[in-house]
Amino acid sequence: MASMTMTRKPLFATFLLRSPMAALLTVGLLVAAAILVPLSNQLLPPGSAFHVPTHVVSLLGKYLCYALLALSVDLIWGYCGILSLGHGAFFALGGYAMGMHLMRQIGPRGVYRDPILPDFMVFLNWKELPWYWHGFDSFPFALLMTVLVPGLLAFVFGWFAFRSRVTGVYLSIITQAMTFALLLAFFRNDMGFGGNNGMTDFKELLGFNLQASSTRVALFSISALVLAAAYLLCRWIIASRLGRVLIAVRDAESRVRFLGYKVEFYKLFVFTLSGMLAGLAGALYVPQVGIINPSEFSPANSIEVVIWVAVGGRGSLHGAILGALLVNFAKSYFTSALPDAWLYMLGALFIAVTLFLPRGIIGAMPNFPGMAKGWRSLRTPPGVEERAP
Amino acid sequence: MRAYSLRRFITAMALAVAALSPSFVCAQDAAPSADAPVAVEAAPTPDAPPSYEALVLQLGNGGFDDKIKAVETLTATGDARSILVLQAMMDGNLYMHESQVFIAESGARDAKLRNALSNADAGVTAATASRVTVNNRLRGILRSALGALTLFSPDPALRANGAAALFRSRPPEMAEPLAAALAKETDPAAKREMEHTLAAIRVTGAGDEAQRIAAAAALGNYADPETRAILTGLLTGDLSPGLRATVTSSLSKVEGKLAFWGVINNVFQGVSLGSVLLLAAIGLAITFGVMGVINMAHGEMIMIGAYTTYMVQELFRAYLPGLVDWSIVLSVPAAFLLTGAIGVAIERGVIRFLYGRALETLLATWGISLILQQAVRTIFGPTNREVATPSWMSGAWEVVGGLTLTYNRIAIVIFSLVVLGMIALLMRHSTFGLHMRAVTQNRRMASSLGIRTGAVDALTFGLGSGIAGIAGVALSQISNVSPNLGQSFIIDSFMVVVFGGVGNLWGTLVGAFSLGLVNKFLEPYAGAVLGKIFVLVAIILFIQKRPRGLFALKGRSVEA
Amino acid sequence: MSEVMDASDMSVKGTSSREGTLLYLSGVNVSFDGFRALNSLSLYMLSGELRAFIGPNGAGKTTMMDVITGKTKPDDGDVFFRGDIDLRKLDEARIANLGIGRKFQRPTVFEKHSVFENLELALKGQRGVLASLFFKMTGEQGDAIDEALTTIGLKDAAYQPAGILSHGQKQWLEIGMLLVQDPELLLVDEPAAGMTDAETAQTAEMLKEIAKTHSVMVVEHDMEFVRSLDCKVTVLHEGSVLAEGSLAAVQANERVIEVYLGR
Repeated sequence: MASMTMTRKPLFATFLLRSPMAALLTVGLLVAAAILVPLSNQLLPPGSAFHVPTHVVSLLGKYLCYALLALSVDLIWGYCGILSLGHGAFFALGGYAMGMHLMRQIGPRGVYRDPILPDFMVFLNWKELPWYWHGFDSFPFALLMTVLVPGLLAFVFGWFAFRSRVTGVYLSIITQAMTFALLLAFFRNDMGFGGNNGMTDFKELLGFNLQASSTRVALFSISALVLAAAYLLCRWIIASRLGRVLIAVRDAESRVRFLGYKVEFYKLFVFTLSGMLAGLAGALYVPQVGIINPSEFSPANSIEVVIWVAVGGRGSLHGAILGALLVNFAKSYFTSALPDAWLYMLGALFIAVTLFLPRGIIGAMPNFPGMAKGWRSLRTPPGVEERAP
Repeated sequence: MRAYSLRRFITAMALAVAALSPSFVCAQDAAPSADAPVAVEAAPTPDAPPSYEALVLQLGNGGFDDKIKAVETLTATGDARSILVLQAMMDGNLYMHESQVFIAESGARDAKLRNALSNADAGVTAATASRVTVNNRLRGILRSALGALTLFSPDPALRANGAAALFRSRPPEMAEPLAAALAKETDPAAKREMEHTLAAIRVTGAGDEAQRIAAAAALGNYADPETRAILTGLLTGDLSPGLRATVTSSLSKVEGKLAFWGVINNVFQGVSLGSVLLLAAIGLAITFGVMGVINMAHGEMIMIGAYTTYMVQELFRAYLPGLVDWSIVLSVPAAFLLTGAIGVAIERGVIRFLYGRALETLLATWGISLILQQAVRTIFGPTNREVATPSWMSGAWEVVGGLTLTYNRIAIVIFSLVVLGMIALLMRHSTFGLHMRAVTQNRRMASSLGIRTGAVDALTFGLGSGIAGIAGVALSQISNVSPNLGQSFIIDSFMVVVFGGVGNLWGTLVGAFSLGLVNKFLEPYAGAVLGKIFVLVAIILFIQKRPRGLFALKGRSVEA
Repeated sequence: MSEVMDASDMSVKGTSSREGTLLYLSGVNVSFDGFRALNSLSLYMLSGELRAFIGPNGAGKTTMMDVITGKTKPDDGDVFFRGDIDLRKLDEARIANLGIGRKFQRPTVFEKHSVFENLELALKGQRGVLASLFFKMTGEQGDAIDEALTTIGLKDAAYQPAGILSHGQKQWLEIGMLLVQDPELLLVDEPAAGMTDAETAQTAEMLKEIAKTHSVMVVEHDMEFVRSLDCKVTVLHEGSVLAEGSLAAVQANERVIEVYLGR
């Protein structure tokens, strides 16, 4: 079939062609937000109806970080069937790496005025910086660490788990044990990460005052753009043959092995990448919320991420983003409006989504004409003309 | 030695000291110093020894130095009445009110006060009076004073207690009276305590060399950290070669025994933790192991079981106050039925729609756990609830010095094994157990044989939840009863089940006790938190080696 | 024991060594919780051979395939491919890449993927992670898929999700996947199960066609199907070889009759 070869489209374009509406919408909205929100905050007067106050910008920025975390969970759960109940650990590690940089940036402005040591170390009577704190005064190094440290943990953990074929709920349980062990570890003062209190009172990032509204909107825009980029990266992966192998692993793992694929390497790749994305989310999160402490490691946090993905629609990248934004918006609203009701609602959400919306909001949406086309094109492998059904 | 009730203790002591010969009077200066600010109306003249009444008043009125003087003088007089007062002071039950000294009947805020001298009812409660403050130094002196006052009690247990109290302070001037008491002593336990204290006093004393060597040798027969400290302390000083050799050999004997009892203690602690884990995990082993259902609300079932214990206890307090000690017995079936019913409701309402979708089940049950937690928080409030330990379970069994096993821990160990045994019997020998195993192995076949698989599922889940409720009854005895109670057990119970191997009660037993033991043996070296981290990491690594746990089923069906 | 052994001895007779064989099993034992699924199983296959395996339920046919493809590790015994490759030491993916393809008893295709994508995943070639990420289908590969689609008669269903195919179509899709995977040895577990007579006949034709260029091991219950394959037949019973030869010969074998018809 020679014609098939002729019409095969260039690879890079193909991933944009699969459900193009959703992709365009997601990226378009994120980029628009990255541009318009800062403009509105900085240029419009506070009284204007279109003015976005700085605290709202920070809140939205926080949601975007959660959305990135949800994206990373969806990549492994929605597409590869790996349900991690410990992804908060990667997020927190990225956050700690960024927090360490921000602590070093405080310099002599801490309560104890020590030029080198962060306050909590002075308080513990430490005389010098532990070896693993060296280098974090450099921003590029710290940034590298925000993805490398979670990536390394994900790699080592995945290496052991996937090679010995720990799957399903067993894997979920040991990911939970992993984040629980880290939670306990980071509570310890002698770990050198501020113990119970974690790190806070950050002053500035790259010389920009973290309290200034201009810094905050910039962080928001960066979060939106990073999320958009991560979204495109994930789409590209899912649209490649690697993505099809991942979905095949999710649906019939052992069959994939008999086709000659080293399933463990595929899982390891996507798990490590997902851990790195989660770390990046944590790194963006910390300067915007101004604190990082061990509670980020708590298993409950990680499970909550899973429900964001489930609400939005697992196996749909924009669904994960949507779910994270919706659930966190609801959480912010209800924890202030009806504080006692929120946990009931969250609990009910877990039950309702698993029972009635197994494919989330995205899965329950009626097919718009554009979406239907996108759906068909998802079913159409690259380079093959669509045929009438 | 059993812990005696306070009332009995004090009465016996008072009797004892009444018979006490006043012959031993310490060579200490018995008179209060002249410059002491004695703010008492009936102040004694400097010449005459202070009266008993004046000394008692001084206990309440002076500064700490005056109080110490008064205690020492009271001890020296050997007056039996002082035991009651000193014991009350020791327990924090001594009060001042309008310059009079009173003894409270209990530690409660609304306890009645009686005059320490006239025994008249003060007409006020403890809340109105001010407590006589005691510091640690004074407490030590009180302890040896009480010890000295009881050395000649007719009750051998009290004599032993008195000697043991003296051991803590080891006043050198007590060597003589101790030796006198020892000469008359016939009870072996009391004799052993007296010899111990006497040896501890003599070995450090300036007595003759032979006596010191004998004392050092005698100390080698004991095994407690204090004796080790005495011997270690001696070695740092100047000793004759003969004494040094004896001390060294005694020290190694003591250390050997201590190490042995240390291991035994660790084993008990480990078994105790293991039994807690076992209780928490049995229910999970049923729902996870038999049904393949991950129940994240399992911890909340434990929590509800603990709250049931609290509710039953409150009902008893309100309606059957005399039987409140036995409320915990009724709590067991109550918790089982309540959590079992909740379990059946969860299975019928949610889980049965999710069979074959383990990860979704996990999420849905997590949602249930959030709701249950919040519901309990709404009903009972976020703070801890107090579940009293029944008197028959409180106290401890002191096996040797330094090794004490509390009765509630022992009770939990036994209870956990009984529960496990009953479950094993139920699974193996009842029709329900047969049906349960049939459904586990081949659902469709079981169904076509006429087994109502839906009912079996619901009851199995109810059973697992009910067992969790029973676990909650036991855990209410050693853990804070709060809405978060379940959260602290859920990961540990998962670890037990995963480690032991799914679908195998024997594996759960071995898993629980080995995790308990490993945890407790790591603790002395790594600390509790680090030890726990090690265990978690070890399990994560272990699962790599044996993904299906210690006692895994093998076979074709497993992978399907 | 000895009666069972002589049959398997027969199969190894003449090849005192495993040299020259494509597949060589000797003294393979597998047990699950005391149940012996394979009991000192010994057999060999030559390159280019089409061989049918029959036997009652529990005879060890599927377990034998599990052992060959690395899903189950034998308790002891030798399993060699191409004479000198020890399969016991390799995992499923390595074995598949060596050139052993497998079709399962219950058709397992990737239901969310289209028929085309199923074939694409099975396509012979690089299986590495990065190779997959940057994979670009060549013209030859597209043609190979197209050819397979034609062979299995699913050309019109190429862009439908595999999940909506009928049972028989899924069986064919699996065979198509084996075709594009192009292994040296194909293990085909009950290809005709659940098929209509016409489909069964078609499948037999398909397998005979494949066997012209590949070595094929077929496990099947359906005697008509085995007859239409017209090849050497091995009878398994209780985990060992009971008899071997042409279908007519084994059907005449007394012990085979005994096993199949009961005593």
